[in-house]
Amino acid sequence: MQNNPINEIHIGLNSLREQLRQPRTQLKGRQVMPAARAELQALIGLPPPDGHRRDLLIEHLHALNDHFHGLFERHIVALAAEMRLPVVEVFEVASFYHHFQVLKDDEIAPRITVRVCDSLSCSLAGSDTLLRQLQNDLLDIKVVPVPCLGRCEQAPAAQVGQQAVAQATLQVVSQRVAAQQTEPNLLPQALRLAAYRQAGGYQLALQVAAGLKDHESVIQCLESSGLRGLGGAGFPAGRKWRIVRNQPGPRLMAVNIDEGEPGTFKDRTCLEADPHRFLEGVLIAASVVGCDAVYIYLRDEYHEARVLLTEELAALQLNPPYALPHIELRRGAGAYICGEESAMIESIEGKRGEPRMRPPYIAEVGLFGRPTLEHNFETLFWVRELIEQGADSFASHGRHGRQGLRRFSVSGRVRQPGVKLAPAGITLRELVDEYCGGMAEGHTLYAYLPGGASGGILPARLADVPLDFDTLHPHGCFIGSAAVMVLSESDSAREAALNVMRFFAHESCGQCTPCRVGTDKAAQLMASKVWDADTLQDLAQVMGDASICGLGQAAPNPIRCVLNYFPHEVGVSA
Amino acid sequence: MSTVQFTLNGQSVEAPAGRSIFNIAKDLGIAIPHLCHKEGLAPDGNCRACVVEVEGERTLAPSCCRNPSPGMQVRTDSERAVNSQKMVLELLLADLPEQGHKWLDDRIEAPHGELSQWAEHCGVQVRPQLAALKRDAVPADLSHPAMAVNLDACIQCNRCERACRDLQVNDVIGLAFRGAHTQVVFDLADPMGGSSCVGCGECVQACPTGALMPKSHMGPQKVDREVDSVCPFCGVGCLVTYQIKDEKIISVQGREGPANEGRLCVKGRFGMDYIHSPDRITKPLVRKAGVAKDLSLIDGHTDWREVFREATWEEALTQATQPLNKLRQQHGPKSLAGFGSAKGSNEEAYLFQKLVRTGFGSNNVDHCTRLCHASSVAALLEGVGSGAVSNPVRDVEYSDLILVIGSNPTSNHPVAATWMKNAAQRGTRIVLADPRITDIGRHSWRTLQFKADTDVALLNAMLHVIVTENLCNEKFLSERADNVAELKAHVQAYTPEAMSVVCGIPADTIREVARAYASAKAAMILWGMGVSQHVHGTDNVRCLIALASITGQIGRPGTGLHPLRGQNNVQGASDAGLIPMMYPNYQSVSDKSAHDWFEKFWGTPLDDQPGYTVVEIMQKALAPESDPHKVRGMYIMGENPAMSDPDLNHARHALASLQQLVVQDIFLTETAWLADVVLPASAWPEKVGTVSNTDRTVQMGRQAVQPPGDAKPDLWILQQIAARLGLNWDYAGEHEGVAQVYEEMRQAMAPAIGGIDWARLNAGSVTYPCVSAEDPGQPIVFHDHFPTQDGRVWLVPAEVISANEQPDADYPLVLITGRQLEHWHTGSMTRRAAVLDALEPAATASMHGNDLQRLGLQAGQYVRIASRRGQVLLQLRQDDGTPLGTVFIPFAYQEAAANLLTNSALDPFGKIPEFKYCAVRVEADLAPQD
Repeated sequence: MQNNPINEIHIGLNSLREQLRQPRTQLKGRQVMPAARAELQALIGLPPPDGHRRDLLIEHLHALNDHFHGLFERHIVALAAEMRLPVVEVFEVASFYHHFQVLKDDEIAPRITVRVCDSLSCSLAGSDTLLRQLQNDLLDIKVVPVPCLGRCEQAPAAQVGQQAVAQATLQVVSQRVAAQQTEPNLLPQALRLAAYRQAGGYQLALQVAAGLKDHESVIQCLESSGLRGLGGAGFPAGRKWRIVRNQPGPRLMAVNIDEGEPGTFKDRTCLEADPHRFLEGVLIAASVVGCDAVYIYLRDEYHEARVLLTEELAALQLNPPYALPHIELRRGAGAYICGEESAMIESIEGKRGEPRMRPPYIAEVGLFGRPTLEHNFETLFWVRELIEQGADSFASHGRHGRQGLRRFSVSGRVRQPGVKLAPAGITLRELVDEYCGGMAEGHTLYAYLPGGASGGILPARLADVPLDFDTLHPHGCFIGSAAVMVLSESDSAREAALNVMRFFAHESCGQCTPCRVGTDKAAQLMASKVWDADTLQDLAQVMGDASICGLGQAAPNPIRCVLNYFPHEVGVSA
Repeated sequence: MSTVQFTLNGQSVEAPAGRSIFNIAKDLGIAIPHLCHKEGLAPDGNCRACVVEVEGERTLAPSCCRNPSPGMQVRTDSERAVNSQKMVLELLLADLPEQGHKWLDDRIEAPHGELSQWAEHCGVQVRPQLAALKRDAVPADLSHPAMAVNLDACIQCNRCERACRDLQVNDVIGLAFRGAHTQVVFDLADPMGGSSCVGCGECVQACPTGALMPKSHMGPQKVDREVDSVCPFCGVGCLVTYQIKDEKIISVQGREGPANEGRLCVKGRFGMDYIHSPDRITKPLVRKAGVAKDLSLIDGHTDWREVFREATWEEALTQATQPLNKLRQQHGPKSLAGFGSAKGSNEEAYLFQKLVRTGFGSNNVDHCTRLCHASSVAALLEGVGSGAVSNPVRDVEYSDLILVIGSNPTSNHPVAATWMKNAAQRGTRIVLADPRITDIGRHSWRTLQFKADTDVALLNAMLHVIVTENLCNEKFLSERADNVAELKAHVQAYTPEAMSVVCGIPADTIREVARAYASAKAAMILWGMGVSQHVHGTDNVRCLIALASITGQIGRPGTGLHPLRGQNNVQGASDAGLIPMMYPNYQSVSDKSAHDWFEKFWGTPLDDQPGYTVVEIMQKALAPESDPHKVRGMYIMGENPAMSDPDLNHARHALASLQQLVVQDIFLTETAWLADVVLPASAWPEKVGTVSNTDRTVQMGRQAVQPPGDAKPDLWILQQIAARLGLNWDYAGEHEGVAQVYEEMRQAMAPAIGGIDWARLNAGSVTYPCVSAEDPGQPIVFHDHFPTQDGRVWLVPAEVISANEQPDADYPLVLITGRQLEHWHTGSMTRRAAVLDALEPAATASMHGNDLQRLGLQAGQYVRIASRRGQVLLQLRQDDGTPLGTVFIPFAYQEAAANLLTNSALDPFGKIPEFKYCAVRVEADLAPQD
């Protein structure tokens, strides 16, 4: 008998109609698969009597992501059920962070992920070529460009799994992949607890905690030293302690080691060398301000530092100099915006890293709704030394009328990139010549970024401006976290500006219109050989004036700097 | 009230402290563009269209999120502020498609709703350079039957997310990914139709640009008219605005009402098209001579023309009433009975019971309240002297703890459930006590999945804990309660340990919950049919009354007893006297003064014996000829006992055996198939009348469209029937004299609604008791006394009684019946609503996954479920909230009517049947062939 095509169509339609009349075989939405729930429970355990803590969502996502090399949807559904959260709430968080890769249930997770830094300094060092080579060569693994890995002095930097690779080449990366070397590198040079203690460590913290060292005198010391927040905003540290201390308890402390500003690697460098100096600063601050609990937020790119800090924190807690406050180490998940203080708090609470509207300020309403002392790593790293040496010793440094010391992260076209402890107010020219061995071979200074991606771009003719808080404002720039990236005559300011604008577009949280749409449109307009200066200026204005947080507000800096200082590069008359 | 002095656009302004700059500006008539801000939603400040300049601040401030501080200098109109406001609008507009989905009026040139409106207001046009960078097109998601998702028009303002999660707490919508990729998603970026979306449409109502739209109202938003009314479905009483075009209701908006504040559920928002169904009866129908009342007709496979013929109204009314008159003459008044409806208005209910009492001459009048809260009302009247709720649902806002027992509020009272979920968000502890774990369980602090049928064991154990641990409110008890010692003595035996074996809840959990309830500053109990539909339903409620009383959790905000009423007017219909033992306002027919009063009021002699209840009337219809009370003729207005009664084979047989059955309805219901005369009535949006919701709030329903064909308003039909029964009624005025009927009812119910006249209802909703024009109405009652004889609550101890029918070897499983979100009651309305039908197209039986596995069954397969009384064929659904050993079937599906299986055993006090428990067996079967 011959097939009758018309009949087939009819049968097809009928079965379709029948299908449409079929009731659901389960409740609405995705249902938990028992096997996925069991896999999850094996990783995070059974819920405690009062349920899993909501703020540990990102930690639990890490547990899954590390184990399965991705976040399978079935596990997200199971996690939502175990945490009694809406599925969408877990997905929102999971999809926000770049280090979480949400996978369909039938997808295959990448065996290894290789991350290649494509931020400015690594880009100058040829990361684009490396990336192309790896993508062509390593077909069976996932190779992705990522924003700054915080290893600009090792450019081009890469990561194989969780293992950092300095001066990455096709050969080195391929070898590590082949050998499945994905664990974090060891840090043999780090000063561990016993050695730190032997050298007098934690004596000061003990004195402060025991009240042997007057708290008021500690705050006064910070105030007279002029120490300012070294994460970029530069809020006077002593004043911050005083403000938070006067808030009603319980007070909390949050430490920002989400060192994501492109070009910045000072926190990592110090942490990898001397973790307890930082922890002692934490303890002193917690004692003086009266914080019951401390949450340390470490960017997820710093796997080596995380292993070290985890070990040393455990060692300290096992053998504490006195009854320590509650301390938790939290892991970021690949989001620059979480370096913004309120976004970091959201992230510690296990949410999307979306900056909060202020007021209220986090000193009043911060982590878990409590008054919160938030500090950058380096600010706390200074505390012991400042108090031991006295405010004057710190304040005695400085050049060109500025006071104090700064750690500059210098990268780009200099002979000796790295973290440079130098007087505040030093000029770029002095910094390069005195601390970096001059420009790299064959390169002449053309321009520099004084404060990472956000701080703007200055031409060589402004290489004699003192580098410090406030001194760069007249030039449309700021020093921020003191991440200095040096460009030479072989580079272009337009390319640098485009690189950082793409970075901002990539890292915008997407919450507010000016930043979400503005960075994206600006990056597209800036890719053009000849810039549409009027539109870019309008974008710059709305981003700078109307964005919620510093990311969007600072994002126009590269636009304005190029239009001001390098108009010839973008076909615009000065 | 403290105020703040500041300067706005150069003008000195004094404004209430805590008010945002945006709202202050609005108060002063200063318009600031805004998109992410919407009244009723928490301000979010993400769109930045409303930024203003604050002197001395580095950046602009979002006026919706910023309150002025004293002396602040604010400009909404500075060049800097306006530049950013306009640039935000331009950036957003640049990414939106040419052809939008929500045109202002019918103007295609303004296609993006509020964004177009503000762009026009501010004179914003997108420059070509930005238009050239328009983001990539996104395919539409049309997977949901009711709503179209066009994310090409999305501006990421997250109003939908806040509507879904902050207001409705349905928790489906989120914003996922980040930066320019930020995207509105449902669950795991699933298609809306495949997500956990419950279709409330709050997101659609919130969306400013048309990215989320009702499919029935895309593009031009212009309508012919809008009519304010109240939702016809459940007892929550949400206010709505119908939008009408070409004489069709094309969409429904939530309106600010005391019970809903603009919120709706899927039925209220997307279920109104049942009124335009081609199945509507548009002509009076008379049964053809010689067509037997064969029960198989109910299957709906017969062409109605084989059974009925169309008739004129005159003929149909004559055919309807002559046999009734004859039966009354031959067999006396008790040979007739009437079922009114909780779906109709107060005025219809009032007139119907008046018709039965004065026209038929007996009290044989009842309605489906008998099937839902009759036991609750019995216990409440006995204990606290009033059958209505003590506190409105929204009082949960003031509760520390709410006990939700025997209720699935997210399905059956969805908007009421939103207030409970909102309370939980703010920290109120919800205790869900139910054999089935339903959606509200996700929001609960403790979930007590007790064994079906063991309510009294659980509740007595809680009482035991409270009594033995001295957690009683002794002051309350000594001042306001009677029979306390008896209750305390009675519960001594009910230790948590002993009862834990019975009800399946660990003793420690019982203790914890009992302590939490007793020690809460304010704790409220809300319950549904799970409590009432048992042979021990009245006992269950007695325990709840005892629980609230011994802890003093009543008479204050956030406390009390709230039986959640199931139908839009079950409260009002009961109030109006649509019950066999009470005249309007619960005045007993056997109470001499009430009886005399109504004889005088209606000017006619009245029966002083209570009539029969719903199930009893069905039994009386099958009584032997010798029974002087045998029911032989019935008038059924808007009720569908051939679906809603228990043991349907029996009930349908009873209906078919009537000598005369007159059915007044909008569809040819299962009951109507057995009628001699079918009178085409009007749907709720086709008439005017009032309804009383679960909170005792009386609200006005208004006419939106004309009834189809020759269908008539029910009040008209009632009066026509009355005239032909020899009643001399005269209700003048528009809409069949509805205002006069209400006025008469108000006189009969003065202690309840005396203060609420028609004009007042026209102006807005009022909660009774309301005794005078000055009385604002009393949402919370029992402040200092109970409306009992002595003003005190009467506590009644309850024994543990088992269900009438227990599982055994032949019928090893327990059947629980109930409702589901999309289908209301017997499905006659909702299954004819296209969206609701698409969402739940066929009957299902839900079972736990472990049971499916144990019995070798699979979700989706057909099974035959049988009880001793009947059987149904339907598909299985896996729902792990169903207790083990149990099947749940919604009773809305005529092709697999759950009530074929249910047991008609009655609670002795409330006369409510045991819908919530009978024994069944489940066997794999094949799909029906046809």
